[in-house]
Amino acid sequence: MLTMSRYPNESMGTDMPETAKNGPRVGLFATCLMNVFRPNIGFAAVKLLEDAGCTVEVPDSQTCCGQPGYNSGDFDAARALARQVIATFEHFDYVVGPSGSCMATIRHDYPALFEGDPDWAPRAEALSRKSFELLSFLHDELGVTQAQARLDAVATYHDSCSGLRGLGIKGQPRALLAGVEGLKLKEMQDAEVCCGFGGTFCVKYPEISEKMVDDKIRNVLATGADTLLGGDLGCLMNIAGRLKRINAPVKVFHTAEVLAGLAGGGGIASEPGETR
Amino acid sequence: MEIRSNEFKGRAVFAIHDASLQQALGKAREGFVGKRAQQAAELPEFEQLREEAKALKNHILDHLDHYLERYEQAVTAAGGQVHWARDAEEARTIILGICKRVGAKTVTKGKSMVSEEIGLNEALIDEGMEVVETDLGEYIIQLAHEPPSHIIAPAVHKTKDQVSDLFEAAHGGPRKTTVPELVDEARRMLRDKYFRADVGITGGNFLVAETGSSMIVTNEGNGDLTQTLAKVHIVTSGIERVVPTLDDATLFLRLLARSATGQETETYTTLSTGPRRADDLDGPEEYHVVLVDNGRSRMLAGRFREMLRCIRCGACMNHCPVYGAVGGHAYGWVYPGPMGSVLTPLITGLDNAYDLPNACTLNGRCASVCPVKIPLPDLLRELRHMQHQQEITPAMQRRALKLWRFAATQPRLYHAGERIAARLLAAIGRKGRIRRLPLASAWTDVRDLPAPAGRTFLELWQGKRGKS
Ligand code: SF4
Repeated sequence: MLTMSRYPNESMGTDMPETAKNGPRVGLFATCLMNVFRPNIGFAAVKLLEDAGCTVEVPDSQTCCGQPGYNSGDFDAARALARQVIATFEHFDYVVGPSGSCMATIRHDYPALFEGDPDWAPRAEALSRKSFELLSFLHDELGVTQAQARLDAVATYHDSCSGLRGLGIKGQPRALLAGVEGLKLKEMQDAEVCCGFGGTFCVKYPEISEKMVDDKIRNVLATGADTLLGGDLGCLMNIAGRLKRINAPVKVFHTAEVLAGLAGGGGIASEPGETR
Repeated sequence: MEIRSNEFKGRAVFAIHDASLQQALGKAREGFVGKRAQQAAELPEFEQLREEAKALKNHILDHLDHYLERYEQAVTAAGGQVHWARDAEEARTIILGICKRVGAKTVTKGKSMVSEEIGLNEALIDEGMEVVETDLGEYIIQLAHEPPSHIIAPAVHKTKDQVSDLFEAAHGGPRKTTVPELVDEARRMLRDKYFRADVGITGGNFLVAETGSSMIVTNEGNGDLTQTLAKVHIVTSGIERVVPTLDDATLFLRLLARSATGQETETYTTLSTGPRRADDLDGPEEYHVVLVDNGRSRMLAGRFREMLRCIRCGACMNHCPVYGAVGGHAYGWVYPGPMGSVLTPLITGLDNAYDLPNACTLNGRCASVCPVKIPLPDLLRELRHMQHQQEITPAMQRRALKLWRFAATQPRLYHAGERIAARLLAAIGRKGRIRRLPLASAWTDVRDLPAPAGRTFLELWQGKRGKS
């Protein structure tokens, strides 16, 4: 259950008169990592969106946002993927994904990729305007102020870089998490510093990545928190994988899993039934 | 200076395991980052100033030829001389020419990154001149025979103990162990050199077109002594450092100290305008400015124009987690960190610095603190794009990208691949994780790989809700 301060949002009224009575039609962007490694995040996203009154669809012609190509300098490949995403999602009222990184690619990089292209630039711009990361969408666009969930934990929150600097995601997850019963949030030092994931960076420069994730983990452990939360699965897999490797007793969840009440078991890189 | 940027990987790993380097880096990072944040918070118009500085720099770059001409006229009117150097070699030749003409034996130097860029010290020493760095940090690394590892704190990689050792070896005992003692000793050693200097070479933080003045900021006052006590003063500067008026310079000054060292202002801000006039009490007999292009006009014309806004404050490297992990020497040339990762390939050639644009997570912290708002991650990505186009990227990576594109543009194939991956990885996984995976050893050497549950989200979704 979600509590909303205002609904529907003013802008919805003009943009989608037919769907307004059923809530907006949202296309869920199922990120590659989530699809393979943590479907639970996808179901958490659907639940949160539906609780907020959205009609959620998951188009099966979607694959990847194209970021791996873009950040590797293969702009042509990135454009090919971008065209596919645009064609798949442009008829929705919104595109929402549980990742600041993928959604920043759609919001910021697509318009840049098609700059000067008379056919695709307007379509990229249009999609950009209605693409949102999940929690900022719930909080900023739909006015969701509280999630009815419970998790007995002391958690600390890692600000993933693309979401933080690309989309201004900082207060929204914290505001929503503040409403979770039993959950205490303790800020770590350097919460805004990169964890060392960086997509292919972590496998191209493993030693540097290791140093960075160890710095991150030192700050996580210093808070005494038993749980680490964040909004990007790539970063969470990196941190969780390293935590497991050094046997540190910290569970890792995507924020959406907690808000949807689906944060059971041991978290990312653990067995579902594991308690630690 | 020799370019060793292609040794980045090895040097980075070495740096990560260098305990005293890590100690020095940790201290510096805390100091710089905290102080800058405090300064930015205390100045309500700080963000506004960044916007203004960006706009002003863009204006200057749009009219660079105009302002440079005005600057040259003003320098000449004040009795100085401007020299134009297309590249590093021309710059060295010009400066060597001046030094030889006046029979220079001792050359003192204030901190100048451009002089590092053009490899000036080696050239002067090869001609038999004594070169004395007067900035404390530069002095330390000169004793250590090392290049700078940071653009505003060249010896930031040295611990106090290491400096004590260096000083003891160079100056003789007794060994000094406290910072004030070490600073005093350096001052004493340098004092006499200032008076003996035939030529004093400084950088120029800003070149003021309306007055023909060069402006330097220091915390030690060493630049003042370098430029006023020598018989000849030579300023080395990049062509992009010109600003229209003194007023304009103050805008950048307000940002520079806050962004660089987290001070409201550096201790000394010094203007030099031409040589000593008849009624001046001191000052050099000759005043020269060597304006160095060295790839800058090429940047001006292309996609990397924004890089020319750089005022060399060092904030990007202070906030860069990769720089913080490996230090400046790993970058293998003069400019380290994010700005260096853009400049090095542009100045020295794309294939001389393959790793620099790639060894970055594109986390964007650099751009978020850059006082002139240079979109450093975008420029790094643009360099990757050029590497890709020119096929400088490894063949393996190119093949992987092709395969990925082929699969990802065919949803059925891609999803089938994802389903197979999910099943395979689930089968290998134990207790929800994978400890070792030969094909992904770069991942599993450092961390466990979370094991999937076995079904992808898309197939589970279709099972639950049917096709959409
Ligand atoms: S790129 Fe920006 S932050 Fe880095 S040195 Fe230049 S001005 Fe400073």
